[in-house]
Amino acid sequence: MIWVNAILQGVLLGGLYALFAAGLSLMFGVMRFVNIAHGDFIVVGAYAILTAIVTMGLPPVLGVAAVLVLMAVAGFAGQYVVLNRVLGKDILPPILVTFGMSIILQNALLEIYSADSRKLPTGTFETSSIDLAGGLAVGVLPLCMFLTALAVIGGLQFVFYRTALGRMLRATSDDPEIVPLMGGNNNRIFAIATAMASLVVGIAGIWLAMKTQFDPAAGPARLLFAFEAVIIGGLGNLWGTLAGGIILGVAQTLGAQIGGGFQILAGHLVFLLILIVRPKGLFPRMKG
Amino acid sequence: MTVLLELKGVNKSFGALRVAQDVTFDLPEGQALGVIGPNGAGKSTLFNLIGGALPPSSGQIAFDGHDVTRTPASARCRAGVARSFQIPHPFVGMSVFENLLVASSFGESGHTDPEAAAAHILDITGLRHRANRHAGSLTLLERKRLELSRALATGPKLLLLDEIAGGLTEGECHDLVATIKDVQSTGVSIIWIEHIVHALMAVVDRLIVIDFGRIVADGDPATVMAQPEVQEIYMGISVEDAA
Repeated sequence: MIWVNAILQGVLLGGLYALFAAGLSLMFGVMRFVNIAHGDFIVVGAYAILTAIVTMGLPPVLGVAAVLVLMAVAGFAGQYVVLNRVLGKDILPPILVTFGMSIILQNALLEIYSADSRKLPTGTFETSSIDLAGGLAVGVLPLCMFLTALAVIGGLQFVFYRTALGRMLRATSDDPEIVPLMGGNNNRIFAIATAMASLVVGIAGIWLAMKTQFDPAAGPARLLFAFEAVIIGGLGNLWGTLAGGIILGVAQTLGAQIGGGFQILAGHLVFLLILIVRPKGLFPRMKG
Repeated sequence: MTVLLELKGVNKSFGALRVAQDVTFDLPEGQALGVIGPNGAGKSTLFNLIGGALPPSSGQIAFDGHDVTRTPASARCRAGVARSFQIPHPFVGMSVFENLLVASSFGESGHTDPEAAAAHILDITGLRHRANRHAGSLTLLERKRLELSRALATGPKLLLLDEIAGGLTEGECHDLVATIKDVQSTGVSIIWIEHIVHALMAVVDRLIVIDFGRIVADGDPATVMAQPEVQEIYMGISVEDAA
């Protein structure tokens, strides 16, 4: 039963990893570029909600709304003003720029919030749980986190495959050189994609703040988990990213059953194993 | 007759290479203009200049009464210039129908019902039975028809066709010519670059010959083709040899 419980908790933890990964997957899918500062943006989201609720004392709903709007606007502006200038045939400039952003963000957070690790207090929300059959129990917070991941990925999937906006995003992903000749503006579409990704990053940051301790240097590890979830699931497939997150989460909780030190290692080992067996991930959709 | 497109003294150089030299012509609304010339003569460059993919080194381009010399390709497309490519570039991950919807939403074609408009275009271009197929799975002829359909979905006033008949069999070519005639009859002006001269001659009202980036002949297709210098340049036969 301990093992069943570990798997169950791993699945729920996988929801958080899928939330980490969804924004990364979206940006890579549309613009073919890897945002090295992705993890740091998640941590910025976590600090933002902490500031909104603890420091400014906003009611939770308002705080969440403020953070999400702020993240989306910042994403749109950042893409327009900075990243669009470096996107092109060469993949190095955007990597260098986002690497630089990562360093700037970590140091700025350190300056503003100090190196102390923080957590968003949520009262009884984080301690309450639902009892299941056989002595199993699921925490309300991890469950809500997992449901959020389902909703976010389902929502992105809907936008991508059922709306005119999604068609434009997919067309741009398919052939960005043809889009301007159809009258489309790549820079604007990229900015919309990053705004959507940043919204998801904000959601991920809020859950991170509620779920675990975080500090200004927590970004790179989140980036790593996000990467692993995306690669395990297969590039360009959002449901695959959810599956990747779950696999990673389950591997970690099972590893933790073997021994405390195995938690993170088990996740990496499963990732390596999948890379060896299926280098394109489990459910690849994207070619090239 | 209203002039739709006007090129005045357009030049384009890549370093010392002059790919367009003093190109000047008007395209009246509704006309189908054919463009021929040897490989490397600057025909595709002409399309890049008209479509906005390349800025001219000097000269002016006006479209629909507005100077568009410095207007980017995306804005020119929205103004009504659409282009089909020599090598089809469909959005391969999407269905044929979605390819058209993308073009009509980007192109701000003004279709109040983009889906009905897309279906109508597929009727004209004969691709309706392939509407739900993945664009990547089409045959060459179907891909060429998709290029044409997608260009039409942007709601163009001017359609630029770049060797759309290239690589097709005689029968396929014949069908495509009929389709292009249908498109022209809807009031769209056409500039068509083509090596398959008989296909071109079946459609166009006027013919321009380009060589070394320069317009060397311009006029009624039959008259232009009969000119000895055109035969020499284009057909590669010297008039004395032929005599």
